[in-house]
Amino acid sequence: MALSDKDRIFTNLYGLQDWGLKAARMRGNWDGTKDIILKGRDWIIDEMKNSGLRGRGGAGFPTGLKWSFMPKQASDRPHYLVVNSDESEPGTCKDRDILRHDPHTLIEGCLIAGVAMGANAGYIYVRGEYYNEHLVLQAAIDEAYAAGLIGKNACGTGFDFELYVHRGAGAYICGEETALIESLEGKKGMPRLKPPFPAAVGLYGCPSTVNNVETIAVVPTILRRGAAWFSGFGRKNNVGTKIFCLQGHVNKPCNVEEEMSIPMRELIDRHAGGVRGGWDNLLAVIPGGSSTPMLPKSVCDDVLMDFDALREHKSGLGTAGVIVMDKSTDLIKAIARLSKFYKHESCGQCTPCREGMGWVSRMMDRMVEGRAEVAEIDLLEQVTRQIEGHTICALADGGVWPVQGLIRHFRPMMEERIAAHKARTAPVALAAE
Amino acid sequence: MAKVTVDGIEVEVPNGASVLQACEAAGVEIPRFCYHERLSVAGNCRMCLVEVEKAPKPVASCAFPVADGMKVFTDTEMVRRARRGVMEFLLINHPLDCPICDQGGECDLQDQAMAYGGDKSRYREEKRVVKDKYMGPLVKTIMTRCIQCTRCIRFTTEVAGTAELGATNRGEHMEVGTYVEKALTSELSGNLIDICPVGALTSRPYAFVSRPWELRKTDSIDVLDATGTNTRIDTRSGEVLRILPRINEDVNEEWLADRGRFAFDGLKRKRLDRPWLRQGGKLVPATWAEAFAAIAAKLKGMPGGRIGALAGDLVDVESALALKDLLAALGSDNLDCRTDGAAIDTSRRDFYTFNTSIAGIEDADALLIIGSNPRTEAPVLNARIRKRSVAGTFPVGVVGPRGMDLTYAQDWLGEGGATLKALADGTHRFCATLRAAKKPMLILGRHALTRADGAALLAVAWQIAAANNMLQAEWHGFNLLHRFGGQHGALDVGFVSGQPMAKMLSGGVDALWVLGADGLDLAAVPASTFVVVQGHHGEAAAARADVILPGAAYTEKDAAWVNTEGRVQLGYQAVPPPGEAREDWKVVRAASAALGKPLPYDTLEALRAKLVAGYPVFAQGDTLPRFVCTDTAGPAGDAAALRDDALLLPPGNYWQQDPISRASETMAECARTYAAPAALAAE
Repeated sequence: MALSDKDRIFTNLYGLQDWGLKAARMRGNWDGTKDIILKGRDWIIDEMKNSGLRGRGGAGFPTGLKWSFMPKQASDRPHYLVVNSDESEPGTCKDRDILRHDPHTLIEGCLIAGVAMGANAGYIYVRGEYYNEHLVLQAAIDEAYAAGLIGKNACGTGFDFELYVHRGAGAYICGEETALIESLEGKKGMPRLKPPFPAAVGLYGCPSTVNNVETIAVVPTILRRGAAWFSGFGRKNNVGTKIFCLQGHVNKPCNVEEEMSIPMRELIDRHAGGVRGGWDNLLAVIPGGSSTPMLPKSVCDDVLMDFDALREHKSGLGTAGVIVMDKSTDLIKAIARLSKFYKHESCGQCTPCREGMGWVSRMMDRMVEGRAEVAEIDLLEQVTRQIEGHTICALADGGVWPVQGLIRHFRPMMEERIAAHKARTAPVALAAE
Repeated sequence: MAKVTVDGIEVEVPNGASVLQACEAAGVEIPRFCYHERLSVAGNCRMCLVEVEKAPKPVASCAFPVADGMKVFTDTEMVRRARRGVMEFLLINHPLDCPICDQGGECDLQDQAMAYGGDKSRYREEKRVVKDKYMGPLVKTIMTRCIQCTRCIRFTTEVAGTAELGATNRGEHMEVGTYVEKALTSELSGNLIDICPVGALTSRPYAFVSRPWELRKTDSIDVLDATGTNTRIDTRSGEVLRILPRINEDVNEEWLADRGRFAFDGLKRKRLDRPWLRQGGKLVPATWAEAFAAIAAKLKGMPGGRIGALAGDLVDVESALALKDLLAALGSDNLDCRTDGAAIDTSRRDFYTFNTSIAGIEDADALLIIGSNPRTEAPVLNARIRKRSVAGTFPVGVVGPRGMDLTYAQDWLGEGGATLKALADGTHRFCATLRAAKKPMLILGRHALTRADGAALLAVAWQIAAANNMLQAEWHGFNLLHRFGGQHGALDVGFVSGQPMAKMLSGGVDALWVLGADGLDLAAVPASTFVVVQGHHGEAAAARADVILPGAAYTEKDAAWVNTEGRVQLGYQAVPPPGEAREDWKVVRAASAALGKPLPYDTLEALRAKLVAGYPVFAQGDTLPRFVCTDTAGPAGDAAALRDDALLLPPGNYWQQDPISRASETMAECARTYAAPAALAAE
């Protein structure tokens, strides 16, 4: 039941065609945008709610609902759309392909989202490392301006919409929506306290909504083809299509747009050429970008790739960056590397994350060698629990989940490592003497 | 109002209050590090986590707004575990150097670790070490102790208005510092020491000096500026070791300016600790009896009109009154307490007081500053102006030197008399701003009145107030900003009559008694004038004295002080005066006996009774009357005599303005650090 080509939203995901406006129009972008806009704000939001689209940035919050939080009454404060393109989650590279190969899906989506939330300006915050991608995006925006699609009287609808591209400086935390807003304002990227939420007090203190690139980019097609079409894919509450990033120990790593709730095994076998050395060579999979807990092969055999199914297994869909690890992988080392990453990327604001990430990372480093006590596995687990849920933003949660996943599924492996280290370093008994 | 239940206790708090405030209203203590009542909420230490019904995760109570019907729990397993966890995280990288830490014994981290922490460390990894940073001669840093609560960053940014502290790097490498290492430039920098919950920012002069439990604490009033900051003097074995602010919402909130906090080491140097007599042109040590005998020999039989007295900047109310009474007993009314030469009109109290009151600044909606730099003349008062400025539209016009950094937005209008005239006759553009305001105010710097045309300047300033809607039945926007704690009180006891100071100094009197004006230059006084100098520091005045009577500094006596807004406050004796020095009113009382005219009080209580009886303002205690202007008739000065030239600020640097701070090593170090070399040379 794989997604057929006619149902793909991103028809130039691989860059086989030109990204430019002319080619994009051939692919159906910017078709009937004016009519969609003229149907009005409420219709757009209702249609988005009906489509069941959930945010593609990782948390999976219903998009239509999020848009409806923006104040209905215009006040003296402008509204802002902010697009989160600070795609920094290890294992995730879907937004990148949208930016460089299909930028007009995003630009058109920005305009429509702007209409839906009464925002006359949008900011696209592009990850600093995406230099070439931002050049393409800017060129595409310039094309759209020149064609009258955005700017004053966008698409001839009488709606004014300005779109700006801002490049970040490469901090993972700036992908957290309020840290992104801080960074956009020129401050140090540190998450803000919530409440107030951005829909009340966001960019420059004005009502704002931050959406992921993919979330915004799928909007025009959904509205063109109808909410029912989109919600026809996948399972209840987990509908639509989704770009999956398949990588690691697979034969053909790729990005692929697929139906939600596709079985993980089918996804990997069909699009990535299967696990290196065959399915039985699989050890574990991180299903949704580095911050989601890994799943052992036994779970991977039949788990579906959607928000709820993965949550049942105490993991998550996240950004759908599927990291496949075969039996040659040193899982402890892999997770230790992720711990180092989160320690490095903690903004340093909240005590548990600032202090705890270093502790976890250092303990993980010892676990890699086995230079620890078995009881310290429990300590490690407790420390991650002490961090989780005690901070302003979710970076800390995402930073400790991989460790929790490792302990949950591969604790015997860690104990073996410790035992091996003990055996190796135990004082040699001088038997004969 | 919202009804909130905290651990079963129902309280009503205003909408918009935080959960933490609701908990405090219910009498439930919430541990915290980053939260501070007077700073913005950061919510980053996570120590104040509590459980709120229906919330899936513990919430930061300092930042979470209350809702009607909310149920808060502060003593559940979830909360206890969260606190213990945060405490453990704070401690894993905090050095275990409490035994050598100056914060020990008054450390929030230490106290809360006792209450909420575990009993042993589970951390086996290496601890973080952070390089110390230089922040100037006052604030010492041990940055390894920093718990990144960012209180100091928020203080400098929000209260002090010198955004010079910030965080660099991220994660566990986050460090607080001045970006490029430099000395802090705020006159309020000492407050960082109080505000730091751990021992990361401590007092450099106080380093390794003592432990808090060894100190005797005495309430006092800072007199080194005219704000009247409420202080606590910590002493050990008769020595002042440090001075801290006390909370007084109406005056200083909880801040203290650096001069008031750090200049006290000047109390130990250059002191007059015994009487001296001039014999054969040289000052020689004497006994009290000899000194009084010498005075009696000169003054007995001298016509009252040939005797005069001056009271200086640091004089307390009681001794000023005692000296006034003594002069009256001797038949003289030659009194002047305006030793800086300021042309103050004492005919009405509102001509020389800060009528708006310090707290009243927050109600004002426009401000005109004339000939004053409040940032250096009264840093804590300036923080209040900044607080008002930050709170919302608050136009501030400045007449005086251009380019003063007052820490808030200002509009420079001009530098001198011409601008003032335009403001008085309504032709200046800023008049429109003032008249549009409902509660406009002006601040006139006392130093501006020391010009030759000071009386004219005072008259013009009053005219500006009258012409620009500042004098209302319900609002008094005319304010004189004094510079030292003794200036207002001496005016209040009427220490201005008879000959003015200039005449007394130039031979108008044959005997001159100088009280509390140690820095006054008496070199020009004719040799025929017999000069008695009563004070605590051997400065310019003592050099010309014929008799020196050693008095007590403000830390060494029970005394009343009146701050610039006319608030009467009591300071208490923290340490005894050095050597043979005595409290000043007692010296005057003893002298009166030697002169055969004993004053009618033997105790401070009796003296105060007379004070209250004679001067009703002292009966009001430390409360202020309502600030209304019932009479808009101005001071006596001739406004037309105002010259056009520029208004000047007090000479010298902020750090060395009075005998005590001039004797202070710490303040000298500050002057070396902060004052530009050219400015030093000019002094």
